[in-house]
Amino acid sequence: MGIWRRLSRSKLLWPLVTLGILLLFNLFFTPHFFRIEIMEGHLFGNLIDIFKNGAPIMLLAIGLTLVIATHGIDISVGSVVAISAGVVAMLIGGDLAGHPKYPIGFAMTAALVACVAAGMWNGMLVSWIGMQPIIATLILFVAGRGIAMVTTNALVIWLYVKPFALLGQGYLFGLPFSLYIVAFLLLITYLVTRRTALGMFIEAVGINPTATRFAGINARSILFWCYAFSGFCAGVSGLIVCSTVMSADGNNAGNLFELDAILAVVLGGTSLNGGRFFLLGSMVGALIIQTLTTTIYAFNVPPEIAQVVKALVVYAVSLLQSENFRARVAGIFGRREIAA
Amino acid sequence: MSESTPILEMRKINKHFPGVKALSDVNFRLFQGEVHAIMGQNGAGKSTLVKVLTGVYRHDSGEMLLEGKPIKPDSPLAAQKLGISTVYQEINLCPNLSVAENIFAGRQPMKLGRIDWRELNRRAEEALKRLNVSVDVTQVLSSYSIAIQQMVAIVRVLDVSSKILILDEPTSSLDEVEVEQLFKVIRQLRDDGLAILFITHFLDQTYRISDRITILKNGEFVGEYKTGSLPKLDLIAKMLGKELSEFSFAMGGEERKKESGKAGKDGKIVLLVKDLGLRGSIAPFSLNLNEGEVLGLAGLLGSGRTEMARLIFGIDGANQGEIHVKGKRQSINAPRSAMLAGMGFCSEDRKNEGIFSELTVRENIILALQGRKGTFRYIPKKKQLEIADELIKTLAIKTPSANNEAGQLSGGNQQKLMLARWLATNPIILILDEPTRGIDVGAKLEIMELILSLSRQGMGVIFISSEFEEVIRCSNRIAVLKDKAKIAELAGEEMSESNIMHTIAGGR
Amino acid sequence: MRTKLPILVTLGLFLIMFGAGSIAFIGFFSVQNFLNLFIDNAYLLILAVGMTFVIISGGIDLSVGSMLALSTMMSSSLLEKSHMAPVLVIPIVLAMGTVLGLFMGYLIQTFNLPPFIITLAGLYLARGLCYVVSIDTIAITNEFWKAAAHSAIKVIGNNFVSPSAIIAVVVVLVGLYVFRFTKFGRNVYAIGGNEQSAILMGLPVASTKIAIYALSGFCSALAGIVFTFYTLSGYALNGKGMELDAIATVVIGGTLLTGGVGNILGTVLGVLVYGIIQVLIMFQGTLNSWWTRIVIGFLVFVFCLLQRLFESGKKSALGKGLPRQAAKAQAAR
Repeated sequence: MGIWRRLSRSKLLWPLVTLGILLLFNLFFTPHFFRIEIMEGHLFGNLIDIFKNGAPIMLLAIGLTLVIATHGIDISVGSVVAISAGVVAMLIGGDLAGHPKYPIGFAMTAALVACVAAGMWNGMLVSWIGMQPIIATLILFVAGRGIAMVTTNALVIWLYVKPFALLGQGYLFGLPFSLYIVAFLLLITYLVTRRTALGMFIEAVGINPTATRFAGINARSILFWCYAFSGFCAGVSGLIVCSTVMSADGNNAGNLFELDAILAVVLGGTSLNGGRFFLLGSMVGALIIQTLTTTIYAFNVPPEIAQVVKALVVYAVSLLQSENFRARVAGIFGRREIAA
Repeated sequence: MSESTPILEMRKINKHFPGVKALSDVNFRLFQGEVHAIMGQNGAGKSTLVKVLTGVYRHDSGEMLLEGKPIKPDSPLAAQKLGISTVYQEINLCPNLSVAENIFAGRQPMKLGRIDWRELNRRAEEALKRLNVSVDVTQVLSSYSIAIQQMVAIVRVLDVSSKILILDEPTSSLDEVEVEQLFKVIRQLRDDGLAILFITHFLDQTYRISDRITILKNGEFVGEYKTGSLPKLDLIAKMLGKELSEFSFAMGGEERKKESGKAGKDGKIVLLVKDLGLRGSIAPFSLNLNEGEVLGLAGLLGSGRTEMARLIFGIDGANQGEIHVKGKRQSINAPRSAMLAGMGFCSEDRKNEGIFSELTVRENIILALQGRKGTFRYIPKKKQLEIADELIKTLAIKTPSANNEAGQLSGGNQQKLMLARWLATNPIILILDEPTRGIDVGAKLEIMELILSLSRQGMGVIFISSEFEEVIRCSNRIAVLKDKAKIAELAGEEMSESNIMHTIAGGR
Repeated sequence: MRTKLPILVTLGLFLIMFGAGSIAFIGFFSVQNFLNLFIDNAYLLILAVGMTFVIISGGIDLSVGSMLALSTMMSSSLLEKSHMAPVLVIPIVLAMGTVLGLFMGYLIQTFNLPPFIITLAGLYLARGLCYVVSIDTIAITNEFWKAAAHSAIKVIGNNFVSPSAIIAVVVVLVGLYVFRFTKFGRNVYAIGGNEQSAILMGLPVASTKIAIYALSGFCSALAGIVFTFYTLSGYALNGKGMELDAIATVVIGGTLLTGGVGNILGTVLGVLVYGIIQVLIMFQGTLNSWWTRIVIGFLVFVFCLLQRLFESGKKSALGKGLPRQAAKAQAAR
């Protein structure tokens, strides 16, 4: 098969094309968009910003891709990010002299454990009790912010422990450190899902949960761990968010992240109905969103307008994914008989 | 009953779908003051005919006359407006609304611009009383049994308008007492002059309630008969017809019967089922299966064959009885435990319970095997392709490659795909539920050959099919089921179509 | 009766909390304290009424908080920047909310798109539009508005209520009437109970579903106006998370998230429970007010769990064979 045919069949095509269009737009209309300079020993520029700012969403998208592949959804990820930030900040402490209350490693681990527990909670509701995912994760969506605020005593905690800033603000070999974290998690997830049977099982559960069960596979367990993993990813994302601003704001951390993450997954080619999932696609999707935001910033448009644009993109993508819509549009262009 | 003009006449109705002729020149007549039953096996065209009548489908040719005037309803609502009302098995009402509300939804009596609840409830009570049903109409529908819910559904459609009432499998979820109550209501409606079309697969009930029977087979009109003049055996024979004997086996039926004697006596028992049952599903049954034996389950639609299979394979949890595999007692509470015990199961509902249409052929095939090995002992892609290719070859699955999506395969090939999945796990016992349904003759042949060769290799097979002749050709022994219970076993010379039919007709 | 049970639980919950508060804190037990629940939560009550319609029909609307914010922005902007009279401002804002709701309802119904995605995007859209109007807070100085904000209407002796509370109560009464006495209201229940059946029964499902979202938009806009009576300003960050509060109060009030079951009275109780949790925490003094979120989340969980157990209990009561038999008969066709 020729390289072009392989490319056009690849599900990665449309996301990359979309990203390409955005970058092209910037090439023509945004001055200095592609300029990369070396400052303070690391790379610097709009492109680098896109990766750096997109890292939290990319992390969420990794976990969410698997959840959505099971024909589920997790809208609690934003709140879990806040919990993660809150826990790690509380454990590190706001000591002005930069002495951490507990070792950074311990604090980070504790935050991750808390988030995995949150994910397991979601997983239990969906797989054992059998609640609809949107309802099940709605509970943590509501309560999660409360938990985060209680953890931080409703205060914004400022951190001064320098080493912790490495996560979100540091650079390694010139590239943002957070990028390495994303790449690492992406790689591990890819390996686990594609080099073991897990990926296939996840897709099977999303496509036909009954047939999966009949084939002798423990569908419940798979669902459970997908949600637990989503919690873990939200935990890592929260650590990076906290490290980037060296503070934890239980009220605002992770705000509206869930829609960005869901959008990234959908743009990346994974269907909301579950089944085949595309980790790389979700990464491209997150980059599309971040590029969109950065482009809007570059034009000095108030960042909040980005939300309006995002909303419209969601509507457009939803319509395009809707068979009903496509049939109607096709109907305008030619007679279509609707099957009985 | 006088031979007056029928209130409804369907003449030479034809309906085809891509690839299949659902109805060919079918005639049907409905008289007032009569209960008319339509009988036929799977694919006979019963439901298609009814859907044409109720406006879900539009017929390709032929005519429908209601009270002498031609009609062609284009939707269920249009049919309802013409006076053709249907009560489905799923009782299309709203379980959260009260009985009275369900009867009058959309047509509530109003007073001074608002719903007059008192009037609503009063009228509902009256309407139900006419059917000799008295319940508290202010309670929500879901607090009543299916039987009562059905009455409510009937009242609703009759209240809207009705010249014809169609009852689609109304007794599937009713117990004996409730069936008799329903029949009382039906008789009364009939005596009041209503034309009633009754669709059921329960033989005995047809004889109890209907005045006339129309039989369809393979989309064709077999005949219309007065119930009183049609013996049960004739009905069954006409429904099943003589299957086309265009094909022959390498191993004829005669040799099969000789073999069954052998396997039955010397063979090792691989599956022993004792008094396995589930309330509401199937009456407790026992059976055993020998190594290298094919046990056929024969019965009419709704007799409980799938229920039996589902209990054995653990899809439904039995509430009594035991299962022993190769002499060891097994606790089968989920398909996984059945699989680990060495069983495999091909569901009759390929689409919803078997095939992953967006996964590739290869993935569909190795899925169960992979499930058996667990998540971490991943079968390398190369090995997957090997296994898949071999099974594709063995079963002659027609697909451009193992990497095509399973959804692109034809019905017959999808069936083989399901078979391949279980064969890959090397089961001791294989349960096949209607593996030959909905596929072409050539593929049917291949599958039956396959079943025979598997049994020759020592596999124990439970084979379910609606075609008696297929069951006879493939099986060493046959268990006969009727009305959700196992009623007899036939072996050797006993296995013949007429014997099966007699057994079913004769009742318990 | 089984269906009455959830609302009795909520009522019990409220009485217990009110009772506990009265015992634990001096000054808790007063008529004014009770009336304050309506005054302080008038906006939430209105939001929740709209949300009740949506949820009973089996849908969900995640945009109501942002729509409330947009409504506050629009009101304050029209009043202060465009110097429009209140008598014009109010209808315009209400119309805007209704139109946005109509838009979302149209997308959801006509193209069969999932409500939570469309309304979640609506949340973004409305929030973004807030900023389009103004990034900063706009203070309202309009006389009529100030009067509405500060009026105290005397009831029952020396106690008082605000106009907002009265508006909220009126909305509740209208909601009750619509649900009980209009075909539209009954259709909402029917759709939530079994949409397929409702269609087959000939009910106007499509138009009803679109109208429900338009109604929710209207309620969000009205709630926003009422909110400005409270805050006398338009602020883009208003209403963050309010949709969840609204959903939570509806659920706690006994309405099933799966649709078909519930009523306005339950929602009112749900709002009262929400309000009283906040009051209790306030009286307690030391607890972080964010505990409200946690408690509400916990209550939602408990109610959802009960609903789920209730559902699965019902299914097995009807006999295990039933749903499968129906499915089998379908498959056999």
